[in-house]
Amino acid sequence: MDNTLLTSYLLIVPLFGALFLIFFPKKSDTAVKYFGLLISLVTFLVSLNLYLEFDQTSSEFQLVDKFMWIENLNISYFVGVDGISMLLVLLTTFLTPLTLFSTWGSIKHKVKEFTFFMLILEVGMLGVFVSLDLFLFYIFWEAMLIPMYFIIGIWGGKRRIYASVKFFIYTMAGSLLMLVAIIWLAVYASEPLGVFTTNLLELYKVGPTVPQTIQNYMFLAFALSFAIKVPLFPLHTWLPDAHVEAPTAGSVILAGVLLKMGTYGLLRFCLPLFPQASINFAPLFSILAVVGIIYGALVAMVQTDMKKLVAYSSVSHLGFVVLGIFALTTESMQGAVIQMVNHGLSTGALFLLVGFIYERTHTREIADYGGIAKIVPVYSAALLIASLSSIGLPGLNGFVGEFLILLGSFKSQVLNSWVYTIFAASGVIFAAVYMLWMYQRVVFGEVKHDRLHSLKDMTASEIAIIIPIFIFIVWIGVYPSTFLGLTESASEAIVKQVLSFSTNVIK
Amino acid sequence: MSIEYFLNSLYLIKPEIAVTIFLVLIVLLDLFFSKKNHLLPFFAFLGLLITGYFVIEQFDIKGLAFVTNDSRAMVTVDSFAAFFKTIVVITSLYFVLLTVNSKEMDETHDRRGEYYTLMMGMVLGMFFMISGSDLILLYLSVELVSLSSYVMAGFAKTSERSSEASLKYLIYGALSSGLMLFGISLVYGLTASTNLYELNALIVVSQANSFVLMFALLLIFAGIGYKISAVPFHFWTPDVYEGAPTPVTAYLSVASKAAGFALLIRFIKVSFVFDKDTLGFWSSNPVFNWQDFLIVISVATMTLGNFAALWQKNVKRMLAYSSIAHAGYLLTGLAVLSDTGLIAILVYFAIYLMMNIGAFLIVILIKNKTGSEELDNYDGLGFSMPFLGVSFTIFLISLTGLPPTAGFIGKLYLFMALVDAKMIVLAVIALLNSVVSLYYYIRILKHMFLAKPKENSPKEELSLQQILIVLSLVIPVIFFGLYFSPIVELAKNSILMLGF
Repeated sequence: MDNTLLTSYLLIVPLFGALFLIFFPKKSDTAVKYFGLLISLVTFLVSLNLYLEFDQTSSEFQLVDKFMWIENLNISYFVGVDGISMLLVLLTTFLTPLTLFSTWGSIKHKVKEFTFFMLILEVGMLGVFVSLDLFLFYIFWEAMLIPMYFIIGIWGGKRRIYASVKFFIYTMAGSLLMLVAIIWLAVYASEPLGVFTTNLLELYKVGPTVPQTIQNYMFLAFALSFAIKVPLFPLHTWLPDAHVEAPTAGSVILAGVLLKMGTYGLLRFCLPLFPQASINFAPLFSILAVVGIIYGALVAMVQTDMKKLVAYSSVSHLGFVVLGIFALTTESMQGAVIQMVNHGLSTGALFLLVGFIYERTHTREIADYGGIAKIVPVYSAALLIASLSSIGLPGLNGFVGEFLILLGSFKSQVLNSWVYTIFAASGVIFAAVYMLWMYQRVVFGEVKHDRLHSLKDMTASEIAIIIPIFIFIVWIGVYPSTFLGLTESASEAIVKQVLSFSTNVIK
Repeated sequence: MSIEYFLNSLYLIKPEIAVTIFLVLIVLLDLFFSKKNHLLPFFAFLGLLITGYFVIEQFDIKGLAFVTNDSRAMVTVDSFAAFFKTIVVITSLYFVLLTVNSKEMDETHDRRGEYYTLMMGMVLGMFFMISGSDLILLYLSVELVSLSSYVMAGFAKTSERSSEASLKYLIYGALSSGLMLFGISLVYGLTASTNLYELNALIVVSQANSFVLMFALLLIFAGIGYKISAVPFHFWTPDVYEGAPTPVTAYLSVASKAAGFALLIRFIKVSFVFDKDTLGFWSSNPVFNWQDFLIVISVATMTLGNFAALWQKNVKRMLAYSSIAHAGYLLTGLAVLSDTGLIAILVYFAIYLMMNIGAFLIVILIKNKTGSEELDNYDGLGFSMPFLGVSFTIFLISLTGLPPTAGFIGKLYLFMALVDAKMIVLAVIALLNSVVSLYYYIRILKHMFLAKPKENSPKEELSLQQILIVLSLVIPVIFFGLYFSPIVELAKNSILMLGF
């Protein structure tokens, strides 16, 4: 593994961009907007370059950069990507410029601060996906809370303060437990390894040798932290509040990327570090995931607020991802990763579209709409595509992920029961119900409210934001191999690592 | 005792001598040049710098001063003492800077001489608390610190709250030092010695009545617990911290707490620990179970401190409770009874100094403008005073223990010591406490950044000097959060204590 700075550029560009932003004069909002967008686009280009350099056939971590950071504790700055993190890095760098651009109209005060926090947030998110040292990972994981707290708290809706505090406390409670588990694991590993280390690749070797009972505790500490972030039923209660109160850009980043950090954590840390415990708890987590799928869908069905509906649909969609991860087959694992990306795209698009219309009418109540198909045809078509993608219509992206997850969970040796698949599949039907019902009430029927007649259709810039997302929605749906190829070897490696330590547990 | 030996002992207490000389000089200068007493802060600052130089010299020295026979030294000089003395000196330097920049202290300017004399008196007392190895000397130094701080707490004479604080402090202090003295006399009665080094052997040999001994130790702990504001000896803390002038509050919360901790650590380690194993875990005499005792006290201290802070509406009072909670975290490090735990305490203290002084400094600078310490009056200050707002945010995040600030490193080392000793449950309790603390720390952020600003909120006008003082604390808090090797190295080299 040769050292390369490429992965580090991914972090350096937005970080220095954000620091540079501090020196912009107060009244230069336009310059700040262009500069923020430019920085995030450069970051996207860096990630594309990373993608071109990436060797898809290898399951190893590539493009690593490593140097000693804290000698006392043998902590190093260690970053690198494998297929799974590569895809999530691309998702992050792809969504950030789009969301930044989408706020040009809606964020009118404290633009500089907002752009600053968004760029810092991007550093944190990318850092989480590329860290290969637990200490480094933890720093990024925690450092992200502060910008998100301010984004929800300063630019959010009416109950923004309540939502931001709830978000902060919920996530910190979980992550501190993880901190203790990280220290515990590193202290435990210092005996067989001879040194204290937080290097993930070293700990991969030691984790499976931890005795079952201790491993269970460590697994639960990690998993709790990730499950809060996902959020897994019944830890999801912070999500609707945060989503509804956050500004559109915050919601898009929250749903698009932040939630993925929870599921990413599960498959990057929980499974390979604690394989026996993972198999032990796989049924429990799968049950919670399936409950989440159905619960989220049912609650989404009765929402009267569009944003809340999309928020609860996230609980349902992320349930699929968790099920895919704990089914522990290569298919389901790949499905889970693809589904993470899908959810980022389709939910991101839905939040953007809800945001667009909210800016015009200042209401998100479904009952305040109706019959807008004739008034805003382009918007209605866009909403249709996003909804169908979220439902999982064959030919669009959602179908690929859900199909692979259901297939994998059906074949799963670890779960060893088709009951999970049956119940999870019903979630797909529910999704069609709440999405299409919402679509019908908003778009079709009589125009009930006169002021809707003056509604303006999507502007060119709004279309420019949504089109790139739609391209990928169709691309993944029609030709998923581009993306599945990327994740295949990495997913296989994780599944192999888990199952190799646990043949006796299965039988 | 030969004269040579006496001189040699004097050589070992150079910092204390320097402090005493400057104390006397300040009195004389104030007496004869009372018209020029605005120069006194500079003079006190200079005195502290010189003292600091002698303290830093002591990092390499090990020695016992004023030894009467074999091992009965009154004063111990070692790198552990040097570390805590450095903390006291640095805090005192900031104390001078805080005082000069506080509008609150303007009215007391005609009494500058007394103020800095008292400060020097406190420094002297704290030095002996840190270095002393005889219970009588320790008691006297605790009294010296207490008496000076009673007056300091009430220094703003015209403020009712300040006088009230002083009186409360005095009453609690008199009671607990009485208890401590009673405890010391019981220990003397049981062992016929007041020397920490001798106690180590005598406590086991004397086969003292264990109940009486335990009672005596509890009484001594009452005296120390009062200094470090450990539950249940903390009742004075919120009132005194709120009422006293803010620089004094900051000083009490760091310096006198540091001295108290140094005393407690030395008392336990020298008198009760007789061996340590290769991993650095101490074996202590079974006469008193310090570990369980400290665990109970630390859990009670941090839990009470954090939960009580939740309801506070006055920022100073909130920080008072938060400092009680931090004493609780620090006690967990001692409860481990190991070298790792001790390193964690030293690391934590070095960081606690920066972030706590920093937080109080911001409170002072904000009060200079708004004239208030009430949380409601902080609304929107983050935007009208961006520099102070951002600095305060960094200090508060550090106090919570979140990366990438130094406070996280302090917590990290404490957790590592606890996990190393397999005290996972205590670690989990400490982390749940951190979550509670997050709530009240971000309440301040909430008021500063998320609440609607008040009309005609004052503008931020800071002198260059004030900006530099703030930066001198903000930069290390960030820097040591990202690169903490220097602090850890210093702490590792400073755990050497004479005795076991």
